[in-house]
Amino acid sequence: MGVEAPPTETERPEERPPGRSLGALVKATEFDTRMLGMLAALAVVWVLFHILSGGTFLTPRNLWNLSVQTTVVAIMATGMVLVIVSRNIDLSVGSMLGLIGMTMAVVQVEILPDIIGLDHPATWVIALAVGITLGALLGGLQGFIVAYVGVPSFIVTLGGLLVWRGVAWSLSSGRTIAPMDSTYQLLGGGSRGSIGELGSWILGILACAGIAALLVNGRRQRQRFKFRLRPLWADITLGVIGCALVLGAIRVLNSYYLPPQVARQVAEERGIAFPEGGLNIPLGIAYPVLIAIGVTLVMTFIANQRRFGRYVFSIGGNPEAAELGGINTRRTVVKTFMLMGMLVAISAAVSTARLNAAVSGLGTLSELYVIAAAVIGGTSLAGGVGTIPGAVLGALVMQSLQSGMVLLRVDAPLQDIVVGLVLVAAVTFDTIYRRRAAR
Amino acid sequence: MTEQTPLVELRNINVAFGGVHAVENVSIDLYAGEVLALVGGNGAGKSTLIKTLSGAHRADAGEIRVDGRPVTIATPRDAKALGVETTYQTLALADNIDAPGNIFLGRELTTRFGNLDDSAMEDTTRKLMGRLNPKFQNFKVPVASLSGGQRQSVAIARAVHFNARILIMDEPTAALGPAETAQVKELIRQLKQEGLGIILISHDIHDVFDLADRISVMLTGKLVGTVKKTDVTIDEVLAMIIIGKLPGEVTKSELAELHG
Repeated sequence: MGVEAPPTETERPEERPPGRSLGALVKATEFDTRMLGMLAALAVVWVLFHILSGGTFLTPRNLWNLSVQTTVVAIMATGMVLVIVSRNIDLSVGSMLGLIGMTMAVVQVEILPDIIGLDHPATWVIALAVGITLGALLGGLQGFIVAYVGVPSFIVTLGGLLVWRGVAWSLSSGRTIAPMDSTYQLLGGGSRGSIGELGSWILGILACAGIAALLVNGRRQRQRFKFRLRPLWADITLGVIGCALVLGAIRVLNSYYLPPQVARQVAEERGIAFPEGGLNIPLGIAYPVLIAIGVTLVMTFIANQRRFGRYVFSIGGNPEAAELGGINTRRTVVKTFMLMGMLVAISAAVSTARLNAAVSGLGTLSELYVIAAAVIGGTSLAGGVGTIPGAVLGALVMQSLQSGMVLLRVDAPLQDIVVGLVLVAAVTFDTIYRRRAAR
Repeated sequence: MTEQTPLVELRNINVAFGGVHAVENVSIDLYAGEVLALVGGNGAGKSTLIKTLSGAHRADAGEIRVDGRPVTIATPRDAKALGVETTYQTLALADNIDAPGNIFLGRELTTRFGNLDDSAMEDTTRKLMGRLNPKFQNFKVPVASLSGGQRQSVAIARAVHFNARILIMDEPTAALGPAETAQVKELIRQLKQEGLGIILISHDIHDVFDLADRISVMLTGKLVGTVKKTDVTIDEVLAMIIIGKLPGEVTKSELAELHG
């Protein structure tokens, strides 16, 4: 079959000369308008809380805490997106977090000290590896029953919700297991668990270089096939905005300082003279935040750039088409559940490290927050639609609401009411938006 | 048609669902550069028969030969490896994915690191569509937002891109308007010119007479017969479809009844 010359790359009239307005920028950069809407909503929530709380919300201290508090749900939400996109659901993540957290605690508190000694430098790695392996196994088991036996995921993971919680309880007989290994504790953030000022700036500069590289690579890809290029000014604006956001965030995180007592200790350890007026040692990016960012990047890459991600979306769009395309849909579904389990393990590590203990109720109800984050972030429960960064943003929105209400001293029941209403409202807006967009 | 080895032979194919014989002892063959129409009423077993060739369903008994050699087709992947491609009546497109993503579904182009090479897939799709449907321009939107004809051309593009030699088309014009139907017909003629063997399933007897070289008629799971288009009239084919009688067997009064 001869292939004729490619059609000339004609510019469609509606795409021609973009004016330099905001609308034109959005169009030229092909930026997701839903994502912009969410960012705007988040900004409104933040400013509102800042005003209502008398100026305590948008402070480095609160934002730093917010960044750390968001991580546990955000990490799991990235996996939940793929599970929901493939037309499944995982209700067991909260209980699984409890079980895996408890297991990692038992491993490092009761088993490893007898074998390799207390506070061995390898303890945290071994505990984490055990947790991630367990997560893959539990998730894989649920995925196997869903994909190969054909039991609906709602039922399988509802069972998992009860079973894993029960197993966690019997593992510890209801005890609290503490304290955690000292290196492992860093995974949870805390006053020592940050990469510090210099580290944060270096990371920020690397991130900017990364953004630039992505944009340049994007242009190069399009040039390779002589596709119409985005206007250069749009790419540059996009890069500048991206870098400004990254560096701004790092500046905020670097403006939160260690509490005076810890600062004194650190100064002594480092042999710095502790001045009379106190010493401002910036925390910078917390380790759990770093982990969450890493997870988000890797999961976004998997979802958009790997075959596995494409298959997950195709199954969500039309399972029959995926099957006829020669895709092993069952294996793909099992993999999404395994991945979910591994991410639960990472979240379990962050949350036990942060608490410095494993308690039997750990992770209770977090399945609901994780699902809510994914859904607020634009994941459709009908399957086929969803983005990883959207879910992370969804987690941030929910956490902002919660910590804002704590700042305002809103009662716990009212907090639940607000979060519930916001969930329904967000999905309502989204449904209306999609209906409009479909026309 | 000169005597040559058929591209495909289906011999004595049987498929049963429970106790129901959906396809019973059916044999058809297909030559290169030929359009074979497969016609029959609803439930005649046409779709089930071709599913044994496309790998979507296994035959309970019978033999499939490609280029004269017996082959086993258990999955869609097996069929594709033999150059058998299918466009389904439902189109089997993932609505949430764009045209290049659908065309390459399950056979994605990747970079040397195994990452999806979206630009290369888009480029190939543009070239492919330049040949099949030059008006097609929406390469980056989910196919859900495309028109019926555009979706059909995506499905056909997917089938022909991977060096298909045997193309099965299940009701390719059923959901299309007149202009789009004409376009798809033109495309079928073009693919036939290029030497593909095409099995066309259609309810539209005029489309069938327009496009087919030979016509195989099925009724309640059995093959009534295969006739050359030039040897029969539309009425005779209708008689085969409805009462299951071959042109020689059918009486004038029966033919008249069809119009009654």
